Amino acid sequence: MAYSKKNTGKNIPIKGKLIVVEGIDGSGKSTQLRLLEKWLIAQNMPVFFTEWNSSETVKQITKKGKKSGRLTPITFSLLHATDFADRYERNILPLLHAGYIVLADRYVYTAYARDFVRGCNPNWVKKIYEFAMKPEIVFYFKVPIDIAVDRILSGRPKLKYYEAGMDLNLSNDPYESYRIFQSRIIAQYESLSLSENFTIVDGTMEIEESQRFLRSAVLKLLPLSITKNIRGSTRP
Amino acid sequence: MNIRSIKGKNIRKGIFYGHAIPYLEDIEIKGKFIIIEGPDASGRSTQIELLSSKLEADGHAVLNAGLRRSELIGQGILEAKRNFVLGRRTISLFYAADFADQLENKIIPGLRSGHIVLSDRYIYTLMAREAVRGISSSWSYNLYGFALRPDIVFYLDVDPNELVHRVFKKNSYLDYYESGTDLRLSDNMLESFVMYQKLLRKEFKRMQKRYNIISINGNRSISEINQDLQKRIDDYLNLQSYI
Repeated sequence: MAYSKKNTGKNIPIKGKLIVVEGIDGSGKSTQLRLLEKWLIAQNMPVFFTEWNSSETVKQITKKGKKSGRLTPITFSLLHATDFADRYERNILPLLHAGYIVLADRYVYTAYARDFVRGCNPNWVKKIYEFAMKPEIVFYFKVPIDIAVDRILSGRPKLKYYEAGMDLNLSNDPYESYRIFQSRIIAQYESLSLSENFTIVDGTMEIEESQRFLRSAVLKLLPLSITKNIRGSTRP
Repeated sequence: MNIRSIKGKNIRKGIFYGHAIPYLEDIEIKGKFIIIEGPDASGRSTQIELLSSKLEADGHAVLNAGLRRSELIGQGILEAKRNFVLGRRTISLFYAADFADQLENKIIPGLRSGHIVLSDRYIYTLMAREAVRGISSSWSYNLYGFALRPDIVFYLDVDPNELVHRVFKKNSYLDYYESGTDLRLSDNMLESFVMYQKLLRKEFKRMQKRYNIISINGNRSISEINQDLQKRIDDYLNLQSYI
């Protein structure tokens, strides 16, 4: 009420572009987004890169909760929403206003997929993230579960409790639990990819080939005055 | 006679405001859930102490709860606020997470085991704070949809001008957030405090009907307020025991 009307910034135009990658771990999305970032920087574009679950302020506080294993689906969901809101309020939105190309490694769809799998009410989750603007484009890295899981598990990493979905009691074996958990996430992504209009990237393609696809798709989103100079430079 | 009927008539299903936590949907509770709402320095904690002692003396098991008390992140919110770094939506979600932790790990288990749970503030304070900061009430309403509906909600209604004196008696200074300083209502801290408290009070008036909030005249003495509250609680408990 007090400053809501004049000060929420709702009337400030968004000059930047929000570009998102989604997909399960090991789908290749982070590698691709980093390459996209390198390319845009080389074109002298103002770029900002943001990752899921990376707000310093929030992380300090949530680390304890995750360690203690006392998180429930609701608290898990709300802590991730807090992390997202912090990055959104302090980085993503102001930078978009300022005309940056914001590259987000995971966005609200990661929350949807994980929270739905954990049994949170889908309408509840979606409404919470209602304040987040719709991205210009969402690249969904589609990859068969076995390939993604092999990429992640080939080094036999130590899987974290929530990362492996152990809180869902899917299996006592973290690796088996991880596999089941990831396949359920994929099922959620599949249904989101239709309703949210994802641009599908075949995660089994060669790195260079995927990158060419991403660059040409991004090029179409940029204003013509800029793209004249970049055309032909999409080859990695 | 089966065990269920011996265990008693007081078992009932928990009712949630909105989208319930799926795994708690069919939860059965036995205790009573009572909320004391009211602004800073309205005498909430004093009243909760008095009520707890009396209820315990009457043979009830009492559990106290309140905002910002979870082991999960209660301390973290204080630290973050002290550094003035978080945005309003981020703070809301932090509080919601903290509240959810308490609800699931303290309040619901307490009610299931038959306690009278007395809570020092509840989601209404959080929603009022969000509303005066321009967050839409439909967003807040959805956010707290997992909250359990209490049996009784009291609001200690104190005139904001009277409230100032009580705050000074308690602390000798005005708290940054309780004065709504982040809203930049006035450069004068005292004026800002009164304006902010008036806004919050208006929000409570707005919520009164929807949430069945009982307004209690908080401008009276501690013992007068206490008698009022105690009588209403006793009446409620007596009525319940006949149902």
